Amino acid sequence: MKNKANVLPDFPMGGIHPSERKELTEHLPIETMIDPPKVALFLKQHVGYPSEVMFNLISELHSPEYYLEDNICKDGACSLDASEKKKVVEGELIGSTKNRIGASLHSGITGTVEGIYDTIHPVLGKAPAIIVSKSGDAKKPPYTKNDWTSYTREELLAKINAAGIVGLGGAGFPADIKINLKPGVFVDTLILNGSECEPYLTCDHRVMVEYAHDIVEGAKIILKILGITRCVIGIENNKPDAIKALQQAADNDPNKMGCDIFVQPLTVKYPHGSADQIMQSITDRVRPSGKRSSSIGIIVQNVYSTKTIYDAVALDKPFYERVVTISGRGIARQANLMVKIGTPLSDIVKYLGGTTPDLAKIVIGGPMMGVAVSSLNTPITKTTSGVLFLTKEEIGEDQQYGPCIRCGFCLDACPMGLEPNSISVFVEAGKGAECEQFGFLDDCFQCGSCAYACPAKRPLVQFIGLARIKVEEAKKKEEN
Amino acid sequence: MNSSAKETIQIAEKPYFDNLSVSFSPHIRSQVSTERIMWTVVACLMPSLIVSMFVFGFQTLMITAVSVISCVMTEAICQKMFKRPVTISDGSAVITGVLLAYVIPPGVPIWMPIPGAIMAIFVTKIIMGGLGFNIFNPALMGRALLMASYPVAMTAGWLTPIRDLSLDKYLNSGVDAISTATPLYVLKHYGLSGLIDKFGSLSTMYFDFFFGFRPGCIGETSACVLLVGGLVLLYKRYITWHTPVSMMVSTAFLTWVFGGETYFSGDPILAVLSGGIILGAFFMATDYVTSPNEKRGQLVFGAGIGALTVLIRLKGGYPEGVCYAILLMNPLVPALDQWFRPKRFSEGAS
Repeated sequence: MKNKANVLPDFPMGGIHPSERKELTEHLPIETMIDPPKVALFLKQHVGYPSEVMFNLISELHSPEYYLEDNICKDGACSLDASEKKKVVEGELIGSTKNRIGASLHSGITGTVEGIYDTIHPVLGKAPAIIVSKSGDAKKPPYTKNDWTSYTREELLAKINAAGIVGLGGAGFPADIKINLKPGVFVDTLILNGSECEPYLTCDHRVMVEYAHDIVEGAKIILKILGITRCVIGIENNKPDAIKALQQAADNDPNKMGCDIFVQPLTVKYPHGSADQIMQSITDRVRPSGKRSSSIGIIVQNVYSTKTIYDAVALDKPFYERVVTISGRGIARQANLMVKIGTPLSDIVKYLGGTTPDLAKIVIGGPMMGVAVSSLNTPITKTTSGVLFLTKEEIGEDQQYGPCIRCGFCLDACPMGLEPNSISVFVEAGKGAECEQFGFLDDCFQCGSCAYACPAKRPLVQFIGLARIKVEEAKKKEEN
Repeated sequence: MNSSAKETIQIAEKPYFDNLSVSFSPHIRSQVSTERIMWTVVACLMPSLIVSMFVFGFQTLMITAVSVISCVMTEAICQKMFKRPVTISDGSAVITGVLLAYVIPPGVPIWMPIPGAIMAIFVTKIIMGGLGFNIFNPALMGRALLMASYPVAMTAGWLTPIRDLSLDKYLNSGVDAISTATPLYVLKHYGLSGLIDKFGSLSTMYFDFFFGFRPGCIGETSACVLLVGGLVLLYKRYITWHTPVSMMVSTAFLTWVFGGETYFSGDPILAVLSGGIILGAFFMATDYVTSPNEKRGQLVFGAGIGALTVLIRLKGGYPEGVCYAILLMNPLVPALDQWFRPKRFSEGAS
């Protein structure tokens, strides 16, 4: 652990300082949105296999591809007959991956399962999703607090698995699989990642302020599963209220269970929320390229995921709603909204009073790594941490990019020590397949720092993506 | 399957926006652009021109203007000719024009920069592939051509600094001005005693050279304002300290060791203040395109320029060597980039 007085831990390599613009939403309490008339739940919300629709909902069990390719839904839509339509209540299981890697899916609203439709997906373009439409009177299911301390490790994992929790930091790796270590793997530290380094986003921030106690409890649950006692909660120093709330919650915890949980403020620098960077800045350990973080004895979990783990274990509440930051100056009212997963953006926009005329871009996720969408039919997924309605003023003009002037700003910005400039020039020259020498395949996590810093406004993240495709194509060719 | 089923998923009344941008991430960019960097460099160079007008007369302004206009015109014409987008507004041709004027003597005929501009922009930059692809520093290639083609004008066009503020001398500079010799020429041929005879005591020389009252090229004489410009670029983080500092330190050190009558008796301060060291260190060796990307590479690059400069000054045929030193180091940049790759994250275990 670093113990330099008054010096906040930092990652030494790369990083940028975009303007944070968190003031739009950081003081707004979490607000629960009314249930939308319809939710669209993608079968694949996470890393791993897509969820399969539950046997009792549809007469036969099929893989998601079946609904797209087979006769049943030629147009990518599969509506159910009236007899097949099944009533579900809030929190009811409607999809599961059984014993494969993946996460269960629950309906967020009380209503009827309409079928499986091709729905606009922020990343994949279109993907099959279960549509549930609201009907009947929605009664909030009563969640009562259980004493989780008596559960065994297996019981805890089973509860987390049943709740369908995925990592909420971005990638969406199923939480129970991440903390269920293989025999022979030993870790000594749990890092809760509360740095939330993306500009605009404040959902983790608000969760930390309002549910500090739940996060500390969730940390203890994970520590119990891992069989260790040390937990560091890393929070960027621009969230003093969150740091204070968690510090108090950790200090005043009546039943510490021998756990050593403490809060570590971090320097404000993008991308501090990346697992590699937060591990290095808190523990000085560096993950070898291509290995898991558990290989250096650390498990990193998002703070919000930790809170949902607590909900799953102590309340038996499945993960079917989440806090999403709705921000940017292109929407009438900004908010930290608790929404049902699958809520289409259109309902959120309607709830918040519509968009402004100078709206120029809708981004799902943060401004650095998020995806721009053009349709309000896009639903919220489990990993959507924010929806930004950005005006022209905020994003600047979309301009044509210039040639690389070799200024080297991207080398200084890259947290992984890569050479985005060289990769981009190679790709432009049609030599993308030769880019393997730059070793970006394992290391680049598309944080966008290079493209942010580039004065020629070159789309470096996309050049690197193209290089990846070319390298993989070349490898395949070699194998054949 | 039927159309009504499809319509049920049209959740919003107006699901699509017609005019939304869906460009790639990241969706926010830093304010720094190529244009902004280039024009900042131009602005940082301007004080030197003002001092130069004050010291050598209005002739310098004319030469600089001719140089800038011919560089910009060459770029525009070439890009039109090759059917490439015309990019004169990005300021890079203006920088080349200013720098080209800064490295030629003030007493040359005012058409002199034109062939240099064609060499700099057309041969060195456009033919190589345009901005970002040139191997050599364009302005210095322009100067190298002028040195080869007009050696007399380029080595005799030195003017004595004007100290009495007479308007007559300002207006007629270059026409009937008294030709003189640069400090480095005097030092090379008459030694330190000759230099002191001509330019006064060492302390007077430090003072005069620092503020720009010495014969020399148009933009290289005033160390003071060039340093201010360089510090602005450093403060803005457009350049890093590595190249300029290693170039100045290596020049000073090697001059101290080898530059005197005996070893370790050279004058390092004079070495840095005379000739084009400051201009070269902050504005030419740091040219992004023709310098290494990596910091360690930049240190080697700067040190190499310093060493070659001293070698040319002491042993070569010319009194001044910054121009050729930079041009000789330029082609080594790809090799330096290969040798000094950035340290990867996974190697950074500390």
